[in-house]
Amino acid sequence: MDKKLMRAIIAKRVAQELSDGDVVNLGIGLPTEVANYVPSGMDVIFQSENGLIGVGPAPTEGEEIKDLVNAGGMPITTLDGAVFFDSAMSFSIIRGGHVDMTVLGALQVDEKGNLANWIIPGKMVPGMGGAMDLVVGAKKVIVSMEHTAKGKPKILPECTLPLTAASQVNLIITEMAVIEVTPNGLLLTEIGPETTVEDVIANTPAKLILADNIKVMKI
Amino acid sequence: MSKKIIDIADAVSKIEDGMTVMIGGFMGVGTPHKIINIMVENGLKDLTIICNDTGLKDNGIGRLVYNKMVKKVITSHIGTNPETGRQMTEGEIIVDLVPQGSLAEKIRSGGAGLGGVLTPTGLGTIVEDGKQIVEVDGKKFLLEKPLRADVAIILGHTVDTMGNIQYNNAARNFNPIMATAADLVIVEAENIVDVRTLNPNNIITPRIFVDYIVEGDING
Repeated sequence: MDKKLMRAIIAKRVAQELSDGDVVNLGIGLPTEVANYVPSGMDVIFQSENGLIGVGPAPTEGEEIKDLVNAGGMPITTLDGAVFFDSAMSFSIIRGGHVDMTVLGALQVDEKGNLANWIIPGKMVPGMGGAMDLVVGAKKVIVSMEHTAKGKPKILPECTLPLTAASQVNLIITEMAVIEVTPNGLLLTEIGPETTVEDVIANTPAKLILADNIKVMKI
Repeated sequence: MSKKIIDIADAVSKIEDGMTVMIGGFMGVGTPHKIINIMVENGLKDLTIICNDTGLKDNGIGRLVYNKMVKKVITSHIGTNPETGRQMTEGEIIVDLVPQGSLAEKIRSGGAGLGGVLTPTGLGTIVEDGKQIVEVDGKKFLLEKPLRADVAIILGHTVDTMGNIQYNNAARNFNPIMATAADLVIVEAENIVDVRTLNPNNIITPRIFVDYIVEGDING
């Protein structure tokens, strides 16, 4: 599948999880694209951990505003009602349970909802940034990612990389599947528009419980 | 004339080899670039720096790492600066990675006279290695100890001659909390204004935290 299409499917499906009035933190990369698909008429307040609520769309080129970037350093705008604050306040919002939903990527996620997304020992050590706080503090944690890393599975029986947090992931959304993390394990509830249940199972080493009525994502 | 406003070179000369320095900013936004450039000119060494991230390879905080002035970094993210990662892998510097929210609270508690904070962040991960786990009402928390520094260098947008500070947009980030947690605080001011210009209701950092004001690049 075309990469752009794949990312659009994921972002659109994640956007369906948004509710009116939600405070939402989007991770860097693919999760940022979710903001493009907020249903019209819905008021969603985007928080950025570098210190604001009320993140708006990227400015057009040449219209960048001084000192106005998101946590990935990308230029942004603000919407009505935006507020700036310091990093301690930012993480009081995050850790204190005032963020309804966080969406972030993963290197690995497993049957217990464990997440690994900050380090590959010996290879890549970017650091955790705000991810550990976000995953622990947000009411709902959605992992949004491509189902595999160029064919290499990412949804595993057990994470092998150092964890970002233990048992905090609630929902996994990929171009192939929507998977709920339940106390009994991973529940496959939806499949992507261009895939089959068998395909999903073949690309998922973790044990999947099949929902009674597996739907095709409505994108 | 305010006694706090001094020449930038004089202010930076108070930062010495081996000191621990907190540096404001998030990916370079809110970082006192002019002070850092003079630190680089001064060729300081063996610094311990405390900062959200190490910026880019040879820009902002990254310049201190790039010019081998740092022996230890306490930070939440080094991914945008491959040089920090390289020096860490080669054993040239020590990198202590701290979750961003814990880093903010460690600094805040350092400035607020607290013995640290109890946070759920990092439980069940390698972040808890060597740290005390404290149970409160049946819930587990990690004890994150306070951080302080010899010097904090921060960026203010509008600073009055007494040292009261307002910040601009997302440039606030770690600056206000770092201002509380160091023995000496130097603010790089993008704009210096007379006392009584700022509405006391809208001042973010009270002047009692600020020792020196230096002129930054006048900027919006």
